[in-house]
Amino acid sequence: MEHAASGPAGPAAGAVAGLPAAPSVFGPPAIDCDVHVAVPSVKTLLPYLDDYWRDQFLTRGIDRISWNMTGDPPNAPISARPDWRPQAGKPGTDLDLLRGALDAFGSSAAIANCIYGGAALHSEDMAAAVCRAVNDWIVKEWLDREPRLSASIVVPLGSPELAVEEIERRAGDRRFVQVLLLAMGEVLLGRRHHWPIYAAAERHGLPIGVHAGSTYHHPTLAGGWGSHFIEDYVAQAFGFENQVLSLVSEGVFAKFPSLKFVLIESGVTWLPPALWRFSKTWRGTRAEIPWVKRKPSEIVRDNIRLTVQPFDAPDGAARLERIVEQLGSDRMLLFSSDFPHWHYEGTDALPVAPSSPLAQRILFDNPVETYPRLKVPPAREKETLS
Amino acid sequence: MSRRHVVATVDEVKPGTSKLVSAGGRSIALFNVGGSFYALADKCPHESGSLCSGRIVGLAQADEPGRYRLERRGEFVKCPWHGWEFDIRTGQSYCDPSKTRVRAYKAEVESGDELVKGPYVAETFPVTVERNYVVVEI
Amino acid sequence: MSTTVLERAPAAQRGTPTPVKLSVIDCDIHPQVKSPAELMPFLPKQWQDYARMFGGLYRQVFSDTLSHPRIAPDVARADAWPPDGSPPGSDVPFMRMQHLDANNVEYGMLMPLNRGPGNQRNLDYGAALASAVNDWQIEKYVKAEPRLRASIVIAHDDPPAAIAEIRKRAGNRNFTQIMMPPKSIEPLGRRRYWPIFEEAVAQNLPIALHVGGVNGFPPTGGGWPSYYIEEQHTNVQGMQGLLTSLVIEGVFERFPDLKVVLVEGGIAWLPALKWRLDKHWKRLKAEAPHLRLAPSEYIRRNIWLTTQPLDEPDRDSDLAETFELVGFDRIMFSTDYPHWDFDEPRFLLGKLKIGKENIEKIFSGNAKALYGLA
Repeated sequence: MEHAASGPAGPAAGAVAGLPAAPSVFGPPAIDCDVHVAVPSVKTLLPYLDDYWRDQFLTRGIDRISWNMTGDPPNAPISARPDWRPQAGKPGTDLDLLRGALDAFGSSAAIANCIYGGAALHSEDMAAAVCRAVNDWIVKEWLDREPRLSASIVVPLGSPELAVEEIERRAGDRRFVQVLLLAMGEVLLGRRHHWPIYAAAERHGLPIGVHAGSTYHHPTLAGGWGSHFIEDYVAQAFGFENQVLSLVSEGVFAKFPSLKFVLIESGVTWLPPALWRFSKTWRGTRAEIPWVKRKPSEIVRDNIRLTVQPFDAPDGAARLERIVEQLGSDRMLLFSSDFPHWHYEGTDALPVAPSSPLAQRILFDNPVETYPRLKVPPAREKETLS
Repeated sequence: MSRRHVVATVDEVKPGTSKLVSAGGRSIALFNVGGSFYALADKCPHESGSLCSGRIVGLAQADEPGRYRLERRGEFVKCPWHGWEFDIRTGQSYCDPSKTRVRAYKAEVESGDELVKGPYVAETFPVTVERNYVVVEI
Repeated sequence: MSTTVLERAPAAQRGTPTPVKLSVIDCDIHPQVKSPAELMPFLPKQWQDYARMFGGLYRQVFSDTLSHPRIAPDVARADAWPPDGSPPGSDVPFMRMQHLDANNVEYGMLMPLNRGPGNQRNLDYGAALASAVNDWQIEKYVKAEPRLRASIVIAHDDPPAAIAEIRKRAGNRNFTQIMMPPKSIEPLGRRRYWPIFEEAVAQNLPIALHVGGVNGFPPTGGGWPSYYIEEQHTNVQGMQGLLTSLVIEGVFERFPDLKVVLVEGGIAWLPALKWRLDKHWKRLKAEAPHLRLAPSEYIRRNIWLTTQPLDEPDRDSDLAETFELVGFDRIMFSTDYPHWDFDEPRFLLGKLKIGKENIEKIFSGNAKALYGLA
């Protein structure tokens, strides 16, 4: 097995590099662009904190708190499919189960996303210290142990400056392939407040992963706080739609032309109607945002990607093909299992027939194009779709 | 065969203004841009709003977010309904609705201007001035 | 070939296109005051004094306007200003000429957006304002123009006062529905609003929710948008969130006969939301055991939507499919006259390739059935 020349020394360096792109259970090789890893407890992070923070955590009993997230109740049915739920501990804490999922799909590579409440702490410095510890933990407990894994960089969500420091700290390890943000934070992602993050990410060839989830700085519904987790979860799709409007309207793609955003765990099918409306409105309001020089749907087509699970549709295959037609691009969708979330049974995670030309694009070609730091040997000759 | 219609005297349409006229059974929006006259069908190709009722504007441009400038003052009319911007001289809308490209209208990118101009065009009519009269050819 | 004779054929009058033959029921017309003083005679003196001295108290920085300036003066079509310079929608003869007559409107549903009675923090002022707006609709519009119908505006954050206002108006069938903003201090599916739904059902009146509402929360779950183009788009999120709340809270389980009209939110977002709600409700049923039906079944049964602003996919076939997925019998034509993103009836006729029968349902049949119009 060859290993990448770049990246830190060690047998696990360049985790994905050099692995033969074996066929997945669907046929073409697969790259799973969304698997979850979860920090078992705050205590887990103690060895990764510096002296000051470890002392703070112990003195204040922070190591004894649960940072479980309102938006991700560990025992809710959606949080783990029964065969992916560990005997003990939270979903996403068991490497064997994750390996089993990768084996079941036959995935050559997977991107691990750690949605962690500590990233949303109001204290910027504590959030940054926690994120640093989480990323160190991800390296040691996941990337070093499973060569198929890459990961997103966890960053303090309230502090662009400290987020940039964390990005710079991780950029040298090419197993980090993305920067992780949430669909619902305190400030809409298009706003200039976030631009230092985008500058750093663009510099290092790191897409921005926008993952379903909320810091709960604002009600999840425009109408206020609903009563049910179901409402909060369904509302994530609305949050993604608003982020697309924000990113394009604020000119993020005018300012950072080679930056890509990946919408992770969004539901997908909300996007074409959103773009119909956005493009229509833009034609009359263009003068308000004159740096948007092309139809918004074209900008989105070129710069935004989406993972396929969950896929909100009753009839997966026909609807996905229609979505691709409506989006005008077969480059936008990325295969994901969303392990260990419960959206489907068995390996039924690909919302299109494996024999479809779209399958190869979704499973392999689009992920490879989206994540330049992800090194996978090329598969067979690719045909370009119109 | 087209006919020439005298639709107004020159001083009825001051520079920077428009006038609704009728010629050949058509409603025509007549514009005076800096002393030159132009005629558009008074019908936005979107939902048929009256272009003559629209505001005459310049073109907002920006090379990067937050850096605005106004160019080509008085050369565009904004449909009074959905606000589409049309180049008064050519009838070309400034935003591409991205229908299947019509052969007659190529999308072109002019140097120094990155905006892709699409095929949606308001109908224009040739205009001449004879002595004191504005003449539109339908 | 030139002529020396100046042709003076009468110019086509602005805003009077060739009349459309299809009879049209317009489910969203905005009346307007010529000035704030116009509402004063309809307010008790106590509240006239209050209005002059203090004005509106909203959950936002501005007292007289929205936080994102609109894209057009008065949000209106540039050609909708009456000749005397009054605000668009404030002049009944001009509205008649430019819209009702020109577009063959058989009935028009008034959607007053004045002063936001439903979002006033002072609940008693809100209630008084709501009553004043309701009287004003009848006196100025309905009495002068028999094609127009009014909506019962209520200050819904005071349910007893809102119910009193509904009862006061319910006997007058010139009021065809109750009107609330879709955004308030709690999502409208929450139980504090259920007495209002109960009253609506008792009075056999639909509830219309017109986009808007100032509730102090950002219009997105991720913070405040900067630009009007973004903020205008959040009208969709307001509707999506409203529907999610109404369905999951069980409003339609408790009130199976409640009829809800979503006005000016567009339509194309709905199929994907139905799929998403069904999918996640199935997995998470244990959290909402009060729901006997799938979300999409409640939506199919209890929800109507107006057409404007018409969604404009690149392919007309996608528009037709969207309408089919929503249900041709649940969609009602609207223009949003006199606002800038007004839809012309002929435009829809050109775009909607859905067969004559469905066209007639959308242009008038569905509204006639819902509102009990002859």
